[in-house]
Amino acid sequence: MALVREPDAGRPVTGTQVPAEAGAGSMWRLIWQVFLQNRLAVVGLGIIAFMILFCFVGPLIYHTNQVQIDIMQVTQPPSMRHPLGTDNVGYDVLGRLMLGGQSSLEVGFAAAILASVWGTAWGAVAGYVGGWLDAVMMRVVDSILAIPYLLVVLILATIFTPTVPVLIFVIAMVSWLVTARLVRGETLSLKARDYVLAAKAAGVRDRWIIVRHVVPNVIGTIVVAATFSVADAILLLAALSYLGLGPPPPAANWGGMLSNGLNYIYDGYWWLIYPAGIAIVLTVIAFNFIGDALRDALEVRLQQR
Amino acid sequence: MIPYIARRIAQAIFVVLGVTIIVFIILHLLPGGPARALLGPRATDQQVQEFIVANGYNKPVWIQYGTYIGHLLQGNLGYSYHYNQTVDSLLAQDLPKSVLLVGLSYVVSVAVAIPLGILQAVRRNKPIDYTLTGASFIGYSMPVFWLGILLVLVFAVDLHWLPPEGPQGTSVGAILGHPAGLILPVATLSIITIAQFSRFMRSSAIDNLVQDYIRTARSNGLSPTAVLFRHLLRNSLLPIITLIGLSLPATLSGAVITESVFNYPGMGLLLWTAATVRDYPVLLGFTVVVGIATVVGSLLADVLYAVADPRVRYA
Repeated sequence: MALVREPDAGRPVTGTQVPAEAGAGSMWRLIWQVFLQNRLAVVGLGIIAFMILFCFVGPLIYHTNQVQIDIMQVTQPPSMRHPLGTDNVGYDVLGRLMLGGQSSLEVGFAAAILASVWGTAWGAVAGYVGGWLDAVMMRVVDSILAIPYLLVVLILATIFTPTVPVLIFVIAMVSWLVTARLVRGETLSLKARDYVLAAKAAGVRDRWIIVRHVVPNVIGTIVVAATFSVADAILLLAALSYLGLGPPPPAANWGGMLSNGLNYIYDGYWWLIYPAGIAIVLTVIAFNFIGDALRDALEVRLQQR
Repeated sequence: MIPYIARRIAQAIFVVLGVTIIVFIILHLLPGGPARALLGPRATDQQVQEFIVANGYNKPVWIQYGTYIGHLLQGNLGYSYHYNQTVDSLLAQDLPKSVLLVGLSYVVSVAVAIPLGILQAVRRNKPIDYTLTGASFIGYSMPVFWLGILLVLVFAVDLHWLPPEGPQGTSVGAILGHPAGLILPVATLSIITIAQFSRFMRSSAIDNLVQDYIRTARSNGLSPTAVLFRHLLRNSLLPIITLIGLSLPATLSGAVITESVFNYPGMGLLLWTAATVRDYPVLLGFTVVVGIATVVGSLLADVLYAVADPRVRYA
C-alpha cells in the first residue's frame, strides 16, 4: 500500500561502486553490475525466482485436488499427507498456496504491465505536447489520485464481476497514475534535448519521436515504477479479497486464502493464517528490494553522464 | 508567494471538478443506469420511471451534470435506501469517528517516525539502522488486515491486555469513553504509516546532515544533541507536512480495512457495508466528499509549506 516513496538518498545497502571499465555502449551492463552488487536485490530476485518455480512448477510435482471439496478432511493439522494441513473445505493448503500464488503473481505482473504501458503513453503525450492538453491530462491524473484508491477499486469491483481479468483491469486503473506523472516529468526535460530538436527539424513525425527518442530514455523510470506496482497490486488484491471482492472460489489467491483463514483465528488453526500471509509479505518485500536497487543502479547511470 | 498560491488554488478547483466528473461517470456506468442504482434493487419499474422524470435523468447529460453539481453545492448527497437515511446524516454521524482514528494515527506516526528516522540517519549503516530498515520493509509489505489480526491474536487473544474490538458508540464522545479499544486500531494504521514515514525521514535527514548549516553549527562548537534538535529536526520536519498530504488517500484506504477488521463504527466500516449491499448513494456520496477533502488537504499542505519554506515559492 505504499504509494509514497522516500526520496532517493542514501540507501543502507552495500556501497555501490561503479566498475571502471564501463564504456559508453554498456549502459545496461553497468546497471546490471551495480544491481548485482546490492545484496538485498539479489535476495529479492532469489525470492521471486523461488516463488515463480513454487507456484508454476510446483503443482506439476505436487498433485492436489483444488476443485472438489472434501468434507471428510477439513481443517486437518499438518501431517505427512498434507504438509501444511487442509482448510475449512478440505483443500490441501500447500497445493492451494501454489495455485493461489499463480493468480496473485499473474494479477500483480499483468496489472503492473498494463498500468506501465498506459501510464507511459499518457505521461509521454502530456509532457511532449504540453500546453492545454498537458494541463487537462494531468488534472485527470490528480483527480483520480485524490480519491482513495480502495474506494475506486471497491466501486469498480461491485459493478463488474470480479474475475481475474477484471481485477487486473481494476487494479491497473489506479496504479498507472504514478507512472504517468513520472514519465511526464522526464519527457518535459527530454523534449528540449538537442537530439529531439534535431529530429523535429528533420521533419520526423511527433509520434515517432515519442516512440523512438522519448520512451527509450525514460524506460528506467518506468521499470522502477512497474516493480513497485507489482508489489502494490499484490497487496491491493489481498485487500480486495479480504473485503469479499476477490475472485470467487474455487479460484484462489493468497489474499483470499488469508482472509478465509482469519475466520478461524480463535480455533488455533495457525496453518490457515501464517503460510499465505508470509508468502504475501516475502513476495512484496522482494519486489520492493528490487525496485530500490534498480533505482539506485539507475542513479549511478545518471551520474555517469 | 501570492501567484504560487493562486496557481495552486486554480489547479485545486479543476481537480475538484475532475473528482465530481469521475463520480458522475461512475454513476452512469452503474448496472441498470443511475435511477436504478440510486433507488435500489427493490424499486418497481414504475418508481424508476417516475424517478427518472422527476430528477431529470431523461435530459441531456450536461444538464444532468449541472443538476448534480447544484445538489452538491446545497450539500445534498442523496438518500441511502439501505440505511433509510440521507447520506449527509450518515456522513455527519460516521466521518468524525474516522477523522479521530486517522488523526490519532498520524499523531502517533509522526511522533514515532521522526525520531526513528533521525536515529537511523545518525547511526547510518550500523546494526540499529539495518534492523529498523528491515522492520519498516516488513511493515509496508504487510496486508493491513493481516497486521490487524496478528495484533488481535497477540494482545487480545493470548495476552488479554486489550479488547479485540474497537470501541462502539454513535458519537466521538462515546468512542473516547473506551480508550483501550482505540489502541489496536490506531496501532494497526500507525505501523504501516511509520514504516513509510521513517524511511522518508531517514533519507531527508541524511541529505540534511551533509548541508553547510550543520557543518557550521558543528564547527561553532555546538554539541551533537543541540545540532540534532535545534537544526536537523526543524529542517527535517518540513517535508512531513507534504508527506501527510501525499499519504492521505493511502491512509484512508488503510482506514477502510482497519475499521472493518476491528468493527470500528466509522466511515470505512459504513463504506464496506455499503459496498456489500451495493448501496451506491452512500459509496458515491462519500467518494465525492473524501476526494474533495483530499484535494483541499493537499492544497493546505502546499500553502503551509510555501509559508514555512521560502524556497518553494520561487521554484
